[in-house]
Amino acid sequence: MVLRFSSSFALSSPHSPLTTDTRRLHLPSMMVGGLLRFLVSLLAVAICNAASISQPISESHRSAALDFALCTWRTLEILGIDKKSDLSSATCENVVKVLASPSSALRVNGILKCKSGEDVPKVNSWTLSVSKLQARAKDAKLLLDFYYSVRGLVLVKEQFSGTDLSLADAEAIFPSIKALSQSDGRWRYSSNNPESSTFGAGLAFETLAGVISLAPSGIDQSMIQTLKTGILKLFDRIQKYDDGTFYFDDSEGPISTTASVIRGLTSFSASESTGLNLPGDKIVGLAKFFLGVGIPGDAKDFFNQIDALACLEDNRQCYFLALFMQFLFVLFQFSVPLILSLPSTVISLTKKELLKVKVSTVLGSKAPALSVKVAEALNSKGSKFDADSATYFLDSFPKNLDVGKYTFVFEILLDESANEKAYVTEAQTKVPIAATGAISIENAETAVLDSDVGSVESQKKLDLTKDEAVSLSANHLQKLRLSFQLTTPLGLVFKPHQAFLKLKHESQDFLGLVEKLYYLSGKYEIQLTIGDDLPERPEKAPLPPLQPTDPYSRYGPKAEISHIFCVPEKLPAKKVSLVFLGLIVLPFIGFLIGLTRLGANIKSFPSSIGAATSALLFHGGIGAVLLLYLDLFTTLKALSLLGVFLLFVGHSTLSHLAAASNKLKSA
Amino acid sequence: MVKSTSKDAQDLFRSLRSAYSATPTNLKIIDLYVVFAVFTALIQVAYMALVGSFPFNSFLSGVLSCIGTAVLAVCLRIQVNKENKEFKDLAPERAFADFVLCNLVLHLVIINFLG
Repeated sequence: MVLRFSSSFALSSPHSPLTTDTRRLHLPSMMVGGLLRFLVSLLAVAICNAASISQPISESHRSAALDFALCTWRTLEILGIDKKSDLSSATCENVVKVLASPSSALRVNGILKCKSGEDVPKVNSWTLSVSKLQARAKDAKLLLDFYYSVRGLVLVKEQFSGTDLSLADAEAIFPSIKALSQSDGRWRYSSNNPESSTFGAGLAFETLAGVISLAPSGIDQSMIQTLKTGILKLFDRIQKYDDGTFYFDDSEGPISTTASVIRGLTSFSASESTGLNLPGDKIVGLAKFFLGVGIPGDAKDFFNQIDALACLEDNRQCYFLALFMQFLFVLFQFSVPLILSLPSTVISLTKKELLKVKVSTVLGSKAPALSVKVAEALNSKGSKFDADSATYFLDSFPKNLDVGKYTFVFEILLDESANEKAYVTEAQTKVPIAATGAISIENAETAVLDSDVGSVESQKKLDLTKDEAVSLSANHLQKLRLSFQLTTPLGLVFKPHQAFLKLKHESQDFLGLVEKLYYLSGKYEIQLTIGDDLPERPEKAPLPPLQPTDPYSRYGPKAEISHIFCVPEKLPAKKVSLVFLGLIVLPFIGFLIGLTRLGANIKSFPSSIGAATSALLFHGGIGAVLLLYLDLFTTLKALSLLGVFLLFVGHSTLSHLAAASNKLKSA
Repeated sequence: MVKSTSKDAQDLFRSLRSAYSATPTNLKIIDLYVVFAVFTALIQVAYMALVGSFPFNSFLSGVLSCIGTAVLAVCLRIQVNKENKEFKDLAPERAFADFVLCNLVLHLVIINFLG
């Protein structure tokens, strides 16, 4: 069974670990138990119904339906929604009864954590299914057959830790699965089908990991080595966004494909002890891909996202692997990516805010002891690790940080060298940061000039922070100049996006354009507004004006122009028209009745065959002309033909009639 | 006075009817056709008066079709009438052919005007 879902997703740029907001989307914990029970019982009904209609439902159908329930449950499990629900033994029993197919039942069992020994009455049935699965794995030809049978066996091993389960033919099965691989790192689903996919590669890695763990005496290292080169080949197909996000794409959609590959790689690296040297930036890039996807709309994609992140977060949680972790002593070869995020990318210089940096795993768990360094854009010291909040303060805030936009480049330095194997970080994380602060206005002055660049006649200093009056005199040929300079806290020149100058005469509201001052003498008020996102608003400054709401206000929108169209004539009710149509028929009926009463007949209709046909054609021609209802030129064309025809036919008919009546007269 | 007037009218109608009964059947059929056409036109005029003349084209073509064909029928009656010495040499078949031709032309115009 393969589930194919097309995925659509949007990338949002900040990569922050999944927070409680995402968790809140899901059902409260008390409801969960009930929900699952419902799903299981619903499934039972569905299977019964389906079985009674035609063929018994195949295992792939059961697995597909179960996948839905499992995905829901697994997602809740990963996100740590506490299940206090009493998953009673009854549920487990039901599951086993309903699902005759072993691999599905095992998966349900694994997720529900039924105590197999106590709750499942027929342990024998498991042993039976194990032999079935072993036989199936041996005879399998298709990748999916291998996948499900090996996976089933691993699940059995996982849940019945007492049983001594192994795959005797592992040495033979491994190469037959390996034979499905392609030179480009992708895998085929069957040996007959040349089509290969990245999604299949993920499934194959997972299967091979299972084979390795089930093999009684280990697998030949040379085979594992060729598989590793295949994995590295697959990484040549990885795709990249500009921000260092990596993903795999295929016909299954990027989320499913990437999740499949991650699942496969994590299981493979966990089952195999010699290590898999995957580039750390690729692993972090894959984690960033899933974090950047947001919340996928599709349930399957959502599950894939959460499951892949869980695999990256901690291999022990990856639901294939719980068992052999116990034997392999948690030997991590697949590093856990750490994600650096900032609670706020805007820092206020006036409030002396500290730059907070957070480092955690993809699902938001605490990172090990480490330090974060700002590598570029600023000279700063390494920060201290704050164990409580897992937040790193750059405690000595750089003195020379000025208002502006920066790109900070952070580097994560893991403190203990022992940790470096287990965790992987992005080499450098670039984060855009905006520093806001108070902007002061300096060197404000007004001057009266003879021309744009001409000599200054009079010049006055202004203090724009106070209400200050300055008197100037000028004639209509001279120009007024207002100049000022914006400076940052460190005394550098600041260039705003926008600056508005408003000149208001005492007698009038607003003089619009400066050209229309009309040389008015009197008192003017100058208002300067700076528009930019970095300066902080001074306490004294007025709030920005509200948008005009009155439609008749001078600067508000004009009233909408409504167009008047010709009002269509009213047609009478259909009934009235029909009544008159009936009335029109009445005179015709009267005409017919009158004809019968007058004793009209068609006795003189020609009786001989030739004359009768021409008479019929004559009448038919008249009818055809009357039915002509085309545009004028088409009508004329048709008429020219019909007219000639009618001429001949009518002539013959009428002359025949005339001859007949003449005969009658003469007789 | 009143009595004698109604009696005169009755006498008039009676003499008219007796005179009309002598009319040949083919002329009576044409008369019936004319009456039929005029009544149809009247119904359409009544419709216009009561409901409105919105598709004015349709109204005009409907009424004119009726009136036109009635007029043509009257012309046919004049030509076919044996009493009428003016058209003594004209065969009734020829008159009917004229009638058909004129009706075709009239109705071609009417149908294209219908809209």
